[in-house]
Amino acid sequence: MSNITSTIARQALRIYSRRYPSTAFPRFSTRAAATLGSSGRRNYVSETKRSNATVSVETAIKADQKAFIKETGKQPQDEIVPTTGLSADAMMSPTAGILKQATIMDEGTRPIYLDMQATTPMDPRVLDAMLPFMTGLYGNPHSRTHAYGWETEKAVEQAREHLADLIGADPKEIIFTSGATESNNMSIKGVARFFKRAGKKNHIITCQTEHKCVLDSCRHLQDEGCQVTYLPVQSNGLIDMAQLEAAIRPETAIVSIMTVNNEIGVVQPVEEIGRLCRSKKIFFHTDAAQAVGKIPIDVNKMNIDLMSISGHKIYGPKGVGACYVRRRPRVRLDPIISGGGQERGLRSGTLAPPLAIGIGEAARICKEEMAYDSKRVTALSNRLLEGLLSLEHTTLNGDRSRHYPGCVNVSFAYVEGESLLMALKDIALSSGSACTSASLEPSYVLRALGSSDESAHSSIRFGIGRFTTEAEIDYVLKAVRERVTFLRELSPLWELVQEGIDLNTIEWSQH
Amino acid sequence: MSLTQVGKVDMPYQVRSLYRSLLRQSRQFAAYNFREYAKRRTRDSFREHQKETEERRIQELMQKGLKELQMMKRQTVVSQFYQLDRLVVEEGKTGKQKGGEGGIVRQKDTGWD
Repeated sequence: MSNITSTIARQALRIYSRRYPSTAFPRFSTRAAATLGSSGRRNYVSETKRSNATVSVETAIKADQKAFIKETGKQPQDEIVPTTGLSADAMMSPTAGILKQATIMDEGTRPIYLDMQATTPMDPRVLDAMLPFMTGLYGNPHSRTHAYGWETEKAVEQAREHLADLIGADPKEIIFTSGATESNNMSIKGVARFFKRAGKKNHIITCQTEHKCVLDSCRHLQDEGCQVTYLPVQSNGLIDMAQLEAAIRPETAIVSIMTVNNEIGVVQPVEEIGRLCRSKKIFFHTDAAQAVGKIPIDVNKMNIDLMSISGHKIYGPKGVGACYVRRRPRVRLDPIISGGGQERGLRSGTLAPPLAIGIGEAARICKEEMAYDSKRVTALSNRLLEGLLSLEHTTLNGDRSRHYPGCVNVSFAYVEGESLLMALKDIALSSGSACTSASLEPSYVLRALGSSDESAHSSIRFGIGRFTTEAEIDYVLKAVRERVTFLRELSPLWELVQEGIDLNTIEWSQH
Repeated sequence: MSLTQVGKVDMPYQVRSLYRSLLRQSRQFAAYNFREYAKRRTRDSFREHQKETEERRIQELMQKGLKELQMMKRQTVVSQFYQLDRLVVEEGKTGKQKGGEGGIVRQKDTGWD
């Protein structure tokens, strides 16, 4: 019994001595000490308990924070932590301490994507079609001996059908490749090498504004002894039909002209070129990576013999493309990749079923949504173009009427394109094709149009696609307007222009 | 309950219900562009076929809508697994949340750093 009372007394002492300074109740404490003393037990240390021994990190941090705030008088929500741009409150929260870089849910920092010519986001519907073939259905589509192969083959053939439907071809005429670059290489090199081997024809016609992979294939063939004519373009970006006709020789094997230009978005007169080539019995190849699924294409109506298609430009997966190779009249190719004889022997190697199915689904969606998409893209493009051209000294590159609206290439005079791109960090844009975006050289496409170095340097390409919203366009217009004005204010040339001095009349001093 | 069992009478109700669930599901996309597209596309396609009267055609469109709903249910889940930072244009609650007690803080992932 006495044991219990002494324990209670000890506890009471502990509690009171913590709560009140001992001086407040001197009489009480002495009496308590006396009582304890009489029982013969004295305690100098607090009782050993697990909770007393462990340090709670969170409590300790909070205590530290409180002490700091008390000392400095600074409220964490008002302070910005240097180099992070975050408020101290966010940085001090335990979660933020764990994550290296954390932001508040409220404010976004990711740039708007407006470079649909480089690549497009993959449609969720495409991913939905692909996922089963990335998980459970993993058969090799060329396996004819078991069900795994059959189910994959069926899906791949269906994808081929969708793709053929989109361009008005027969499914047997579609060859899956790794991308438009491979398709271009396969078509141009294949036809040229086949004819060269037969010893009949060795001349290729292409155009100066083609994509690098076409130009480079032609350069490569030049080394092999072929002759190549690079057609110039007019100032609106279109080729001159009379010039093309004049360039055709009896030994011309293939003409390669792209349908929609990747940098300026002009639509070449493919139908007329096709008719001309057919009448002269020349094969016509077109790089339609930027055109398929965006403008209506019919290979029979346009007399196209070979066509390159890219998967990731039509909201499909990257790493897959297709090549249309006409069967009647038959186009003979020398295959680049030899092997097991898949894809009519033109492109050996096991297909990638998820990717092929992805491009097929993307083609199906493109066909279904073409009217809706093109109406919307046109509306957004007009909104953007009106806004941009309302700024002074801006020009649209390329023909205004024969133009794919999803690609808007505008020159902002007296502003350096690259510095504008840097100023527009919150918008993902490009000044030309993605392949050449690493170099600061002005775009060869714009140079081929005859624009000056300054104008080519100051041009920016805006790409509008299926998933672009009005809010994004408005944001871009506001941002471009602000920052172009700002950059021009910095420029001494702009000052001269404002004073009415023609820059071409100035004689710059020579060093 | 399959669609074939649904009588003529409650078809308008079924259509409205599908419309609502499509819109509700659209809002679940984590990516701004997909979310806006899904909402817009749902609204526009229902508006486009507002005046359909042919029974068979309505059935067909309903089937298509149900298929899209299934797809969206799967894809919204996938998109929520891989959330990135918000876009600069996205509407927020104007910075009221400052990461204090109970504030939602999340990793900033730009993909390049």
